[in-house]
Amino acid sequence: MSIDTPAKVIPAARKITTKPRVSDQIFRGIVTAFSFSALLILSLIAIFLLLKGFTTFKEQGLGFITHFEWSVTQDEAGKEVAVFGLQAMLIGTVVISFVALVIAVPLSVLTALFLTFYAPERVKKVLVTIVDLMAAFPSILYGLWGFFVLMPMAEYWAKLIQKWLGWIYIFDVPQGVYSRSPFIAGIVLSVMIIPIITSVSREVFSQTPLDRIQAAYALGATKWGMIRAVVLPFGAGGVVGGSMLGLGRAFGETVAVYSVLNIVFRTNFQILFTQGGNVASMIIQKWGEAGKTEISALMAAGLVLFILTLIVNFFANFVVTRAVKSGR
Amino acid sequence: MDKSSQITQNGTLMSENQNTTPSSLSDVAAKRAEAKVAGTSPLGTGLEARGVHAWFDKHHALEDVSLDFSAGTVTALIGPSGCGKSTFIRTLNRMHEFIPRTSMAGQVLLDGKDIYEPGIDVTKIRLQIGMVFQKPNPFPSMTIGENVLSGIKLAQLKVENNEDLLEECLTRAGLWTEVKDRLSAHAGGLSGGQQQRLCIARALAVKPKVLLMDEPCSALDPGSTLRIEETISQLSKSMTIVIVTHNMQQAARVSDYTAFFLSDGGPGQMIEVGPTNEIFSRPRDERTENYVTGRFG
Repeated sequence: MSIDTPAKVIPAARKITTKPRVSDQIFRGIVTAFSFSALLILSLIAIFLLLKGFTTFKEQGLGFITHFEWSVTQDEAGKEVAVFGLQAMLIGTVVISFVALVIAVPLSVLTALFLTFYAPERVKKVLVTIVDLMAAFPSILYGLWGFFVLMPMAEYWAKLIQKWLGWIYIFDVPQGVYSRSPFIAGIVLSVMIIPIITSVSREVFSQTPLDRIQAAYALGATKWGMIRAVVLPFGAGGVVGGSMLGLGRAFGETVAVYSVLNIVFRTNFQILFTQGGNVASMIIQKWGEAGKTEISALMAAGLVLFILTLIVNFFANFVVTRAVKSGR
Repeated sequence: MDKSSQITQNGTLMSENQNTTPSSLSDVAAKRAEAKVAGTSPLGTGLEARGVHAWFDKHHALEDVSLDFSAGTVTALIGPSGCGKSTFIRTLNRMHEFIPRTSMAGQVLLDGKDIYEPGIDVTKIRLQIGMVFQKPNPFPSMTIGENVLSGIKLAQLKVENNEDLLEECLTRAGLWTEVKDRLSAHAGGLSGGQQQRLCIARALAVKPKVLLMDEPCSALDPGSTLRIEETISQLSKSMTIVIVTHNMQQAARVSDYTAFFLSDGGPGQMIEVGPTNEIFSRPRDERTENYVTGRFG
């Protein structure tokens, strides 16, 4: 090989551009603007809450999340003394939502399995419509139904649970009052989030690869065996994601919970007992008679709820995308 | 009934000559002849399709197919696309009915018993008639070992020693040496050919009498194809195999008998069946000859 071989010339990468037509540019602008408007509205709400609640955050500090008192009093000099702590409400929100999930997830998964693998075509159509309708149902109606219809029955169930499982702390009732408990609020919430979890689960179950389903059947699996071996592992991520979406709704639910829950600023894990909390319902409850200081505190509470819901939804997205990548 | 009598005649003929020509075909024929004499064989009496028709909704896809798959033989189903051979193989273990709005007529007999009989436990049938699909379909959420034993678990069978069974099935499928050190790895990490052999091992674990293979090599490279063909020859000693293939060389290499399917625009029909070497060297039907010599299809 000779020494004076010309060096290989590697060209720089060309810049590739396209100039869209004006009509395309305009449409692009419209689409972009609208899609960012959602983000804009969301951030504006967050900023609004932050500004309004700023004084509360400054005065209460971390105590706003860790304390469980909520009072505005006047000292001898007539000066306003405000103590705001969300702890009881935050824990209450989680407790109620957890009760709701425990009831709703199994029901929803079984419903989704029925709709996907067992229901005849016509039954399926009708049921899917009804379940979707459940999601669009106004929450005040759930609240009224919960108060007038569900509560008397649920009190009876609560008494039964207390009688047999009362030795477990969370099922014990210190004083014999069973109405307006986190348990009842949880049931109402569960009915509200069932449609969300059901439709997400149904969607993922129906995407189960046919070749895997056939593989299981060809190995002599029963339908239930096939579901356990193929459908549930495949759909698990989707079920978790759907449950998280349901949880997001449960966190933020206001009116329905307000109608059936006795909101008390005391941290309570005894779900059958008549006291509990829920940030959103608390805001509604305090709103009407709140002074200027308290309004700021309620705004701040709103922001905390907002962030909590955002975290749950973010986590839900994360779980769903991960499940899509790995489990398949 | 020309074809089945032809097979029998041929089988008898071959079994008489078995000492002089110890080819695999004569082994098979000998085995069948023995079974006929004894009345029973550990392999059963095989699988038999009688007058099978199949429909997709109103579309008549398969018309009046009768085929006898004697125990311990390998039968290849060949024919151009859309001739109904895949549909036919799926009627043999009742997978056809999983597609909505399908129907079938006729009988499929396993050891002389109709698998479509009302009241029969179809999951038990599918345990005895295993299937390997066109596209490798291991369960990705399970490990390699779990995949092999998944049929045992699904059918709630009791096995004395899982480890032994695992090794046996993977060895028979020709995969053991490649995966023995990573049985707890996920099956998704295997190559396509390995996945397909894993699917064969999985099908073997429940000890089927019959193994149906629906174009098992069509998604694989030549090397993997060769491995699977070796596997098929090994397996044919202990079970009845029916294989759908688009590859005529493959049919010639692995099968004892070959059945040619064709659709003339109407429902698919079985044109001709016979010992593989006869179908490829001197077919009786002109259409078969055109196909195997590559003049169409």
